[in-house]
Amino acid sequence: MKDFLISFLSFLDPQWINLIWSLLQIAIVTICLILTVVFLVYFERKVIGYMHARVGPNRVGPKGTLQSIADTIKLLLKEVIIPDKADRFFFLLSPLLLLIPALAAWAVIPFSPEFIIADINAGLLYLLALTSFGVYGVILAGWASNSKYAFLGSMRAAAQMVAYEIAMGFALVGVLMAGGSLKLGEIVAAQTGGVLSWFWIPLFPLFIVYFISGIAETNRHPFDLAEGEAEIVAGFHVEYSGIGFAIFFLAEYINMALISVLTSIMFLGGWESFFAGIPFLESSVFSFLTEPSIFWLLLKTLFFLFVFIWLRASFPRYRYDQLMSLGWKVLIPITILWIGVECIMYVMQIGPWSVT
Amino acid sequence: MNIIQLIKKLTLIDFIKGFIVTLKAFFRRKVTVQYPEVKTPLSPRFRGKLALMRYDNGEERCIACKLCSAVCPAQAISIESEERADGSRRTTKFEIDAFKCIYCGFCEEACPVDSIVETDIFEYHMTENEQRIQTKEMLLATGDEYREQTIENKKKDSRYR
Repeated sequence: MKDFLISFLSFLDPQWINLIWSLLQIAIVTICLILTVVFLVYFERKVIGYMHARVGPNRVGPKGTLQSIADTIKLLLKEVIIPDKADRFFFLLSPLLLLIPALAAWAVIPFSPEFIIADINAGLLYLLALTSFGVYGVILAGWASNSKYAFLGSMRAAAQMVAYEIAMGFALVGVLMAGGSLKLGEIVAAQTGGVLSWFWIPLFPLFIVYFISGIAETNRHPFDLAEGEAEIVAGFHVEYSGIGFAIFFLAEYINMALISVLTSIMFLGGWESFFAGIPFLESSVFSFLTEPSIFWLLLKTLFFLFVFIWLRASFPRYRYDQLMSLGWKVLIPITILWIGVECIMYVMQIGPWSVT
Repeated sequence: MNIIQLIKKLTLIDFIKGFIVTLKAFFRRKVTVQYPEVKTPLSPRFRGKLALMRYDNGEERCIACKLCSAVCPAQAISIESEERADGSRRTTKFEIDAFKCIYCGFCEEACPVDSIVETDIFEYHMTENEQRIQTKEMLLATGDEYREQTIENKKKDSRYR
């Protein structure tokens, strides 16, 4: 596709072609993300409905598939109310502060061996930086709303996100050691060769810890203390309506998808196939099943998104002190312990990776 | 914390159990009734919208004994009566406040002439607050409208009364 672009726009400077190409990729990824969110809202309601032994939305469109579009239209048509004593500038800015990092983080995601917007060297570091940036949006939203509930919610969210950021960072240190690179593409490449050589076996505790911290990081059930309906109404976005609320919603779901895609990239071999490394399949007509493609990544991501929703349907919310003690007293020690174990394995040459 | 608890916590065994419960429910047969298109069967004893019945010759049954108004736990019924020209006692005002009514059916039980009855109509609404007062004319009209099905329902239920 890029070759086509180059031949079509050959009169332009190569720099300009690169710029247009990048913009095109960004547009594709952003539109796909928004469509993912549209799908995810429907998927979530349907899955939770099924888990409650009911059928979920089935009125709008065939089998209710247009439900989230109807929801979106309703949200966009609603009046945007800005509270009288709110700080107007930050009140309007904070949804964007949450959305922009959530979208920007997708720049370094390798969807397939070829398709990656920005293959930068410090990809993992960039991701850590951007995922923690979201907390500013939450704090500012709570503060600018000038409401006690919103403020309490944002304080909770901030403490929670900071606590789980550490466990998440440590889990990523393990991945970094195993993958030997900060480039996400190289981390996936290090996992080539079948289900058993993916990082989820040698790094199993880190895999679990990473996913749990990911859930806490996105303020999803069972860690959604920041918007605990029972205690603080809706938390940091209680004063938002219409488009403001829609953007918070969008950011939350994009973050969910981001955590899912990152978990699959770092622990489940990203674009690698489930069937890779099975000699029987590789030599037969089903060899296309063993080839790496974006399809496998999407499948793994969908599985983790399902787990997100599954969790929401299954468990009640954590109490705040339980949440904090889980973060500080359980997850962080486990990650540190496992990094120690990994160091020993690394030096003793046990495990799938080798010292270069 | 003893060692068993620690192992339980670290293996997330309780979480896995919880996951299995919801996953089983996920594949269970769904029993949701698609309400406006599909309706669940109603018992002939169903207590719905109130109505006043007439005799076969068109004469209203109510004799203004006020038993229904006396037995009503929500005090939703108010009755005024006068002697009519032919010497019989009839109501001049028979009003039910539909918002007060709790559909207990005591009025129907109390009525000596089977005048006030509860139909099996439950899909009705008011658009204005004043419409909650069901006047005698409205109640009689309801009775006329659903006369056949109400009589049929009462017949079906009669051997259990």
